[in-house]
Amino acid sequence: MNPRGDSTSGSDGAPEPRRKSKKPKYSRFTQQELPACKPLLTPAIVVTTFAFIGIIFIPIGLLSLSASEQVVEIVYQYDTDCIPEQLQNDKVAFIQSSKTNKTCTRTLTVPKNMEGPVHIYYELDNFYQNHRRYVKSRSDKQLRSKASETVTTNCAPEATTSDGSVIVPCGLIAWSLFNDTYSFAVNSKIIEVNKKNIAWQSDKEHKFGSDVYPKNFQMGGLIGGAKLNASIPLSEQEDLIVWMRTAALPRFRKLYGRIETNLAANEQITVTIQNNYNTYSFEGKKNLVLSTTSWIGGKNDFLGTAYLTVGSLCLFLAIGFIILYLLKPRTLGDPSYLSWNRNPDGHY
Amino acid sequence: MAYEDGDPPLSLHLLRPISESPLRLDPLSRSFPSAAHRRASSTSHPSHDIHLPTPAVRHGSRAESERLASSQPELADADARLVFVGDPGRTDPHLQLAGNAIRTAKYSPLTFLPRNLFEQFHRVAYIYFLVIAVLNQLPQLAVFGRGASVLPLAFVLLVTAVKDAYEDWRRHRSDRIENNRVASVVDPRDGQFRPKRWKDVRVGEVLKVFADETNPCDMVLLATSDPTGVAYVQTINLDGESNLKTRYANHETTSRPIGDAHPFAAGLICCEQPNRNIYGFLANMEIDGKRVSLGPSNIILRGCELKNTAWAIGVAVYAGSETKVMLNSTGAPSKRSRLETHMNRETLLLSAVLITLCSVVSICNGIWLGKHRNDLELSQFFRKRDYSDSDKNYNYYGIGMQVFFTFLMSVIVFQIMIPISLYISMELVRLGQAYFMIRDTNLYDESSNSKFQCRALNINEDLGQIKYVFSDKTGTLTENKMEFQCASIRGRDYGSGKVPLQDNGGTHSVLAGDQIWKPKMSVKTDPELVALLQSRVETEQGNQAREFFLALACCNTIVPLIVETTDQKQKLIDYQGESPDEQALVFAAASYGFVLIERTSGHIVVDVLGVRQRYDVLGLHEFDSDRKRMSVIIGCADKTVKLYVKGADISMFGVIHKTIDLDIIRATETSLIAYSSLGLRTLVVGMRKLSRNDFEEWRSAYENASTLLIGRGRLLRAVSSNVERDLQILGASGIEDKLQQGVPEAIESMRQAGIKVWVLTGDKQETAISIGFSCKLLTSEMTQIVINSNSRESCKKSLQDAVAMSSKLAAISLDSENILRGTGSSRIALALVIDGNSLVYILRTELEEELFKVATVCDVVLCCRVAPLQKAGIVALMKNRTDNMTLAIGDGANDVSMIQMADVGIGISGQEGRQAVMASDFSMGQFRFLVPLLLVHGHWNYQRMAYMILYNFYRNAVFVFILFWYVLYTAYSLTTAISEWSSVLYSVIYTALPTIIVGTLDKDLSRRTLIKYPQLYRAGQRDERYNLKFFILTMMDSIWQSLAIFYIPYLAYRHSVVDGSSLGDLWTLAVVILVNIHLAMDVFRWNWITHASIWGCIVATVISVIIIDSIWMLPGYWAIFHIMETGLFWLSESRIFHLSLACQPSKGLDRMVQTHNPITLSDGVLLWSCFW
Repeated sequence: MNPRGDSTSGSDGAPEPRRKSKKPKYSRFTQQELPACKPLLTPAIVVTTFAFIGIIFIPIGLLSLSASEQVVEIVYQYDTDCIPEQLQNDKVAFIQSSKTNKTCTRTLTVPKNMEGPVHIYYELDNFYQNHRRYVKSRSDKQLRSKASETVTTNCAPEATTSDGSVIVPCGLIAWSLFNDTYSFAVNSKIIEVNKKNIAWQSDKEHKFGSDVYPKNFQMGGLIGGAKLNASIPLSEQEDLIVWMRTAALPRFRKLYGRIETNLAANEQITVTIQNNYNTYSFEGKKNLVLSTTSWIGGKNDFLGTAYLTVGSLCLFLAIGFIILYLLKPRTLGDPSYLSWNRNPDGHY
Repeated sequence: MAYEDGDPPLSLHLLRPISESPLRLDPLSRSFPSAAHRRASSTSHPSHDIHLPTPAVRHGSRAESERLASSQPELADADARLVFVGDPGRTDPHLQLAGNAIRTAKYSPLTFLPRNLFEQFHRVAYIYFLVIAVLNQLPQLAVFGRGASVLPLAFVLLVTAVKDAYEDWRRHRSDRIENNRVASVVDPRDGQFRPKRWKDVRVGEVLKVFADETNPCDMVLLATSDPTGVAYVQTINLDGESNLKTRYANHETTSRPIGDAHPFAAGLICCEQPNRNIYGFLANMEIDGKRVSLGPSNIILRGCELKNTAWAIGVAVYAGSETKVMLNSTGAPSKRSRLETHMNRETLLLSAVLITLCSVVSICNGIWLGKHRNDLELSQFFRKRDYSDSDKNYNYYGIGMQVFFTFLMSVIVFQIMIPISLYISMELVRLGQAYFMIRDTNLYDESSNSKFQCRALNINEDLGQIKYVFSDKTGTLTENKMEFQCASIRGRDYGSGKVPLQDNGGTHSVLAGDQIWKPKMSVKTDPELVALLQSRVETEQGNQAREFFLALACCNTIVPLIVETTDQKQKLIDYQGESPDEQALVFAAASYGFVLIERTSGHIVVDVLGVRQRYDVLGLHEFDSDRKRMSVIIGCADKTVKLYVKGADISMFGVIHKTIDLDIIRATETSLIAYSSLGLRTLVVGMRKLSRNDFEEWRSAYENASTLLIGRGRLLRAVSSNVERDLQILGASGIEDKLQQGVPEAIESMRQAGIKVWVLTGDKQETAISIGFSCKLLTSEMTQIVINSNSRESCKKSLQDAVAMSSKLAAISLDSENILRGTGSSRIALALVIDGNSLVYILRTELEEELFKVATVCDVVLCCRVAPLQKAGIVALMKNRTDNMTLAIGDGANDVSMIQMADVGIGISGQEGRQAVMASDFSMGQFRFLVPLLLVHGHWNYQRMAYMILYNFYRNAVFVFILFWYVLYTAYSLTTAISEWSSVLYSVIYTALPTIIVGTLDKDLSRRTLIKYPQLYRAGQRDERYNLKFFILTMMDSIWQSLAIFYIPYLAYRHSVVDGSSLGDLWTLAVVILVNIHLAMDVFRWNWITHASIWGCIVATVISVIIIDSIWMLPGYWAIFHIMETGLFWLSESRIFHLSLACQPSKGLDRMVQTHNPITLSDGVLLWSCFW
């Protein structure tokens, strides 16, 4: 194909020998006749598909619902609860003051038998861990190796201390590490909380260096959250690792630890909360969540309901089409339905 | 040569002086003005010239053509180029003139980058993306990383640059080959011819070109191997015409002895500055103190091949980039398709949507900031203040600025709302479509060995929306293979059907030594006429018949060529000439025993009934379109001098001696009417015996005129008119131009497809109407409205009558329709026949509107006797007043203007040269190919492109909306959960290939169905596959689907520990799989390529996401594995879930629509189910 340049005297413009046929070679490809399968929406296929989807989806929905039903979940919102009555009016002052007693002891009742491991989560609401200013404020290079300790590109304003030495780990995310703690007891007997392996193995091995130790951390003018033990390498600071996997949504849960034992129904659990973390300045909520898991994860009725709804809708449509087809049958590909056959003049 | 048909015969050498092209219809026409003008000047009616901005100068006499002093100032010394023959040093002492090295390559290695980038950034879309990439580099706005933001644009630029570089490399290579070819050049030191490379040839050097060699530069002929200085050239590389053209060396130089050291050294040529007019040249030469003028027939252009001439010597006047061929080497005209125009409109709408989204985000951001004004300092995730240093804010500039930055950032984030990849995809798809059209064996013409050519690459889809086809007649509807059918000699009609004609091919062969020479083609002869010619009895009728055929053999510009055959003893005589009519006449004369054997500039040799006779050609008045006739003055062996004239009937009857032979004239007129109603092309032949006095008088006048420097053409015309008078009528001939194969069927198909076919021809009315009937354009049921007026008032009146009549007929047919509803068509079809004379008064006046009204209600419009510019005017009339797409198809230079005017121009590569092809967007061999081209390829192209554009809009919108929904959950801070690399790769890798494949390969209906039901074509005419409604539906669909994709994972995961990257990966995979499945559900035919591309793309996406998540630097490290581990069920299930959910509304709706409301869109589906 030579769409242009025919008029140049270029050497490629030399005329071909007259007799040489320019007939294009035949191939199924060039003639656009490749063997092809042509799926066709016949009434039978449509009805079958809808019916099939309905039949598959309804059981899936039921299964998901039952799995979700088996999950036992205790949610306790303690942000307001854990502030003494007299300080309710100025929560921020309460949380910022180093003098106030932040310990808060409450009792929770186990509604059903909870088989171990029981996951302990903290749930924050209205905390935009996905805020642009926030998500970018970290240095993956610094976290990974000691050699890159000074790489604090996106970390401002938590990149360096006022005298210019680097903060490790730098950035707003690390700075705002969640620092409420929970301890549990049943009948005055302390329940062990396993805080090992709460972070991703991949993060511990590859993202957070075992030779990187916290440095100049949480020394600035405003304390954002937890302090870190400077003698433990980042790869073992699992709370930090969990925290630094920033959440997708402003309401999020993060794994705090696990209770490996079973909790029996109606047991009274005494929770001692150290209410340190400031969510009051932005009207954030804090929940403590104890939950078992099933194959669908935590408690979630949404998918089950959705599958059920769609499944039944499909069945309904399938039936609808069958009725329609029986009432107004129509031959497939009847040429008399062609618009120009219905409108003989061919004028519209 | 003047036939009543203005358009086909082009007898003369291209001697039109063209300075000011009358064809400045649009800037595009500049590349082909001369071609158009050339045909323009060969048309019949002087009155047509009213349209020309400058009066066309038409006159012609061999080699003498020049500008009229009145219309063109004489060559002024100031702007003339002086060429000292044989002395390049003096001609060009400062090396200011272009050397002969050519450079078609655009770039050098050094300039490639800047120039290529500059050219690429002519696209608005690229500038948009560049601006966004630049915005992203500002630290406050850096949404994406540096690399990710530049990548898509860089990718696009790179691909195009690589393509350009490759093309340029090929041009460099061909330039190198071209520049290193060797020519034979006079060495100024010793006057010998030495080989010299083309690139070293300089202006002023004397060159020698041998037979079959290509001419290296534009040179003025000085001498040739022919003693009279004639050279034949083939200009196939220039304009594609394969016939031979004659060029002449000037008398003053031909006579010089060859071999002399500086035979021409005294010469000084003064010529015009280089220009692009191939058919014009203006110069004079001073030699030996004499001043002779030179015209276009004295110059051979670069790229011509010398034929039938052993050698030719000339002096280079223009070299290299200043040669006419190089000045003319411009690309095909670029047009923009209607679909693309609409697409651009929708792109604007998308920009509006984009701006809305951005405004929503930035306003919400402002509100959010305002509401949380007091919290921001302490919120861990915002940290307004920089506590480490002083009390100043960190990266916060007040709500106003934040809102502004948010707006710009959101433009960056949502940029792919405007699909950049669409532009590239469209180009690739068009390339693929062009490939399939070119390779289609149904579009290959066996007889002319020409395949389909796509010259314009960006209007493929317009072929699917054509409403009006404007067709030339000769060579387009007909074959333009003229065949002599019948003659009327002395009023008596021969060969028109009374007696069966005999095929006596080969009876009239000529003996030359021991060889037999035979005309290449033979014509069926009338035995009665043959007997009459051969009878020894001297009758008046017999003498006249012999004169008639002698006139046919002599009075032309045909060059006989002797062609070798496999048989040693036998040779064929082929007649080369520029007019097929003349060829037909000479072949006819040969079949009746008057075989033209040889032509030189001074004499011709004719074998008259077995006796070889030599005739001196004393003078030749070439055809021009004012006189509409040509004449030749022949000196016979018996010293008598005869003038033979042939021309169009109107012009001939004016110069025929009316007082004698009145009966014969009447009878001839009757025959002429009969012939033209048979659809034959007619012309009249006359002669006059010149007395010695007459002859001497003519000769002195002729010589006087020929040597004149100023106003020569006008004077020569006066001389010819003076001698062409008082003719004795010999007879008239009828030439048939056969209808091309399959034309009636093609026209019928197009009629069913709702395409209106208009025929625009230079033929006279009777011929046009008869052709109209024979190609089924006109039927006997049609009511004809004929407008044939000679004044403005009568034109106006007939138009008003026509309007009244058409509305009356419409009313009648409406009534009858009411009565006979459903029983079939009762409409009275109307046909409008209008001639060029009337059009003069209509086009570009207020009567246009009336004509438009009449023409639109007529089913068929036939315009006869139209000039090329009128053709363009008619096309413009429809194009400017309706939204309908127009297509012009033609084969000759006179169609160039309308081909360029129409939305789609198609050139027929046939008998009449290649100007039409060069100006066209597509070219093919036969008129009937329009049916597969429009109905099949056009339909497919349109359907595919329309779908692809909508799909691309949908695909990008879905993605943008997902980003948008997420932004609502990030305090309007424009975080994206989907990793930046995925957003960049989304339209490049994840989803690009399948849409291109489907856009190239998918077929909604088979070729068979489309041909069988031409009505399906109407979908395209009514924009059924792409319109605003579809666009809005598509956008609604994409909003709905994006909601489903966003909220299903959102609701499923909102109480879990999921992190942003994992959810982002989930969304990425979900959206990619969804849009690919959406495409898959729209595919009509699945072949292995479609399968491979769609499923391959999904696999490629998964792999890409895995690769992206294996980079520890990125925040999403390993996220995909975690989400697959933990939520594997979610993943797979919610996927199917979305799909069924998201796809069902649109598909289910489709299905309902198809079942209950068969609008035409579903006609396709319906038929598809019939015939799959």
